[in-house]
Amino acid sequence: MDFAKLRAACRFAAFAVLAGFTSLALAGGGDSEGGPAVNQLNLPQGVTPISREIYTLNNGMLVVCLVIFILVFGAMFYSVLRHRKSLGHEAATFHESTKVEIIWTIVPFVIVIAMAIPATQTVVAMKDTTSADLTVKVTGYQWKWGYDYLSGEGSGIGFLSNLATPHSMIGSPELNEPAHPAGDEYLLDVDHPLVVPVDKKIRLVFTAADVIHAWAVQALGVQQAAIPGYVRDAWFKADTPGVYRGFCAQLCGREHSAMPIVVKVLAADAYSGWVKDQQLAMAAKADDPNKTWTKDDLMARGATVYAQCAVCHQASGKGMPGAFPALDGDAIVNGPKDNHIALVLKGKNQMPSWKQLSDVEIAAVITYERNSWSNHTGEAIQPSEVKALRSAS
Amino acid sequence: MSTTIDHLHGEGAAHDEHSHDHHPTGLKRWLFATNHKDIGTLYLFFSLTMLMEGGLLALALRTELFSPGLQFVDPELFNQFTTMHGLIMVFGAIMPAFVGFANWQVPLMIGAPDMAFARMNNFSFWLLPPAAILLTASFFVPGGATSAGWTLYAPLSVQMGPGMDLAIFAVHIMGASSIMGSINIIVTILNMRAPGMTMMKMPMFVWTWLITAYLLIAVMPVLAGAITMLLTDRHFGTSFFNAAGGGDPVMYQHIFWFFGHPEVYIMILPAFGIISQVIPAFARKPLFGYASMVYATSSIAILSFMVWAHHMFTTGMPVTAQLFFMYATMLIAVPTGVKVFNWIATMWRGSMTFETPMLFAIGFIFVFTMGGFTGLILAVTPIDIQVHDTYYVVAHFHYVLVAGSLFALFSGFYYWSPKWTGHMYSEARGKFHFWNSLIWFNVTFFPMHFLGLAGMPRRYADYPLQFTDFNRVATVGAFLFGLTQVYFLFFVVLPTIRGGAKAAAKPWEGAEGLEWTVPSPAPFHTFETPPVVE
Repeated sequence: MDFAKLRAACRFAAFAVLAGFTSLALAGGGDSEGGPAVNQLNLPQGVTPISREIYTLNNGMLVVCLVIFILVFGAMFYSVLRHRKSLGHEAATFHESTKVEIIWTIVPFVIVIAMAIPATQTVVAMKDTTSADLTVKVTGYQWKWGYDYLSGEGSGIGFLSNLATPHSMIGSPELNEPAHPAGDEYLLDVDHPLVVPVDKKIRLVFTAADVIHAWAVQALGVQQAAIPGYVRDAWFKADTPGVYRGFCAQLCGREHSAMPIVVKVLAADAYSGWVKDQQLAMAAKADDPNKTWTKDDLMARGATVYAQCAVCHQASGKGMPGAFPALDGDAIVNGPKDNHIALVLKGKNQMPSWKQLSDVEIAAVITYERNSWSNHTGEAIQPSEVKALRSAS
Repeated sequence: MSTTIDHLHGEGAAHDEHSHDHHPTGLKRWLFATNHKDIGTLYLFFSLTMLMEGGLLALALRTELFSPGLQFVDPELFNQFTTMHGLIMVFGAIMPAFVGFANWQVPLMIGAPDMAFARMNNFSFWLLPPAAILLTASFFVPGGATSAGWTLYAPLSVQMGPGMDLAIFAVHIMGASSIMGSINIIVTILNMRAPGMTMMKMPMFVWTWLITAYLLIAVMPVLAGAITMLLTDRHFGTSFFNAAGGGDPVMYQHIFWFFGHPEVYIMILPAFGIISQVIPAFARKPLFGYASMVYATSSIAILSFMVWAHHMFTTGMPVTAQLFFMYATMLIAVPTGVKVFNWIATMWRGSMTFETPMLFAIGFIFVFTMGGFTGLILAVTPIDIQVHDTYYVVAHFHYVLVAGSLFALFSGFYYWSPKWTGHMYSEARGKFHFWNSLIWFNVTFFPMHFLGLAGMPRRYADYPLQFTDFNRVATVGAFLFGLTQVYFLFFVVLPTIRGGAKAAAKPWEGAEGLEWTVPSPAPFHTFETPPVVE
């Protein structure tokens, strides 16, 4: 544990109390598009039949609970005010009444059953993932989402979806003040949103690569855990085009709060256009597996891939003492390259496996790590070497 | 507390003719303690210390969450703080506090001279400090404390560094301590009641602890099993929770919550017991529906084994399982409702006064019931799926664990501390503590309902700007709630031990029970000749 941080926390503890009294300043900014509103008080109604049913269900339960609450505590506070010794009230001596006790067992039982009936219908509807128009596989990674279109229009498309908010906006305990002011979509934007057509039944199948994540988008009425090694599914049918936002809801490690979800619902023809664009772009970007890469190309590609490693190991390669080792001057990074490749493929302790990256990406990032900061191995790792090790393991 | 021993050498010696036996003083008195009152005191001080440590961790979390962005702690350290806050509060503060109450009160309330197994009692307490040291020390090992959340879900917990192993070992030790404590409580209650005290004449606090002790014995081994499998997955190549080796990460959750849900009732049933003692005393009227209270408590305990998967609705279960766990969970509202109605019927047409124990008891009923209602709402599977793992859940379980368990513990402290210390606490300070606790508790946790409904996930080190205002309110409330508890320690607990108005044997006009038949402070040895209950 870092004592400098503790001291900073203690300083702030004093500050927070003072600030609480003096400057309960309201946050500036506005609502996010399709995500949380400023000081939102209730569930969103959402844009699917299920999310609206849940909204109604919750409001109904809230009203019933509130009525019971007022009746029960009305009685209690009446008693508290009237049956006081200071008012000279004499204590009665009754201490049981079978009739009353049976009544207040049966009445709540009936109320509970009345609540369970509409809820049962919604549960059954939520579980019906049959006859979907489009199926997308959602994979949770530490710390991003992967989307692969399995069947329906657009099948074959696949991409990763990373947080778009730059780290300079988030700040860090060392900086204290973020370098950039945050906008309304702070921690809510991603580089590649999930895109789906409106009025179509979308089935999502969930899995994860490392630990359990949870894909939660309230506006669509979906929250489902993504479990490594297992497949689960859920569905939604959005009836309004627009952007809808969500979060990873299951604690998944350091960057748990930095893997938001954005779902873009498009009209049918706009969706077809998007699918065409994606297919063209994928064809153009595909790496030729037989190409021999130069070190400069690998370094340039590796620098972009390394952004994902920098979350823990830092852009400086210095890591975070005690939690995440430095790559700068590290024995594995400067040692035999096969060990380095194997570590990236398999992961170790808190470091997840990165096998979901392509051979080219792994080769590039390892080349980058072995030739950056004070590391000067001079090696250029070829994708074929990664491929050989991957199939060997 | 230290006054019991003074009492023994003073006027109490005449009362207590068997006090000629030698007993150690100073450090040895506590290290080798076999007296239920001394051990009770040790438990209570231990839990108060842990409450402060867990509270500091909570304030560190609230500090970081005062503003969006990362200002003070790294997200990794933030996750360590959330995890340790949970573990320390559950296993270090709330559970040992109730065991401390049981140690002090169960023998006094059933007319027994001590707990059944005095030496095991010593051992079950002295296992706790090493466990607390392991948990605290885990912050300082490479990689820091475990940051997998107090639920220690696999496979995230398999990724952790050595801090995880320390936490596993600490939980093992605390589990052993709980099991021994429970065996002691069960044997004491079943075998050592005063002549004439039949089961259905036992005070409610004793009843609730009897049922709680059975719950503990049933589920602590289950937790030990889950974390042992975690340990072997981490170090010995097993694959209980690793799909690649044929295991299932969700199985960990099933086993954990099979422990975890009864655990929730372990932390609330003795609280129900305390409230059921306090309300009749200050309403000057017998507890309404004693028999139905016993049956309601037993039903809650039995149902608590059948609802665990409501913590896991989003893992993806068959529709039949979702419906079963939803119905079973909603059913718990019925016996819980019966208890609340009984308490209010006890107050009804009583002759009430509002000393601090009664204030905390009424505060408990009022605020705990809000937690009960959000529990009922969360039991509804579709709603749970929308707010699972959001701040709505955080609000819910703090309403039942802080406003529930902790407020009941405060109520019990004010009610029985005259017996423990021989001094009356300051009523003005007690009331100050109550009103500040009640107000700042609600300022802290009520806005979290809104945050959760708007979708803010729990265990987030950073959050979108739209959530800022409610987080600020919660942080301010948390600091003032924390300060109130520091006030409780330094301006209520310690001064009451040191001095104050002398307490009568029965300081409360309407109180009933054997504990009020012995002098205040209770002599070192009580009921060496069993009292006879009519």
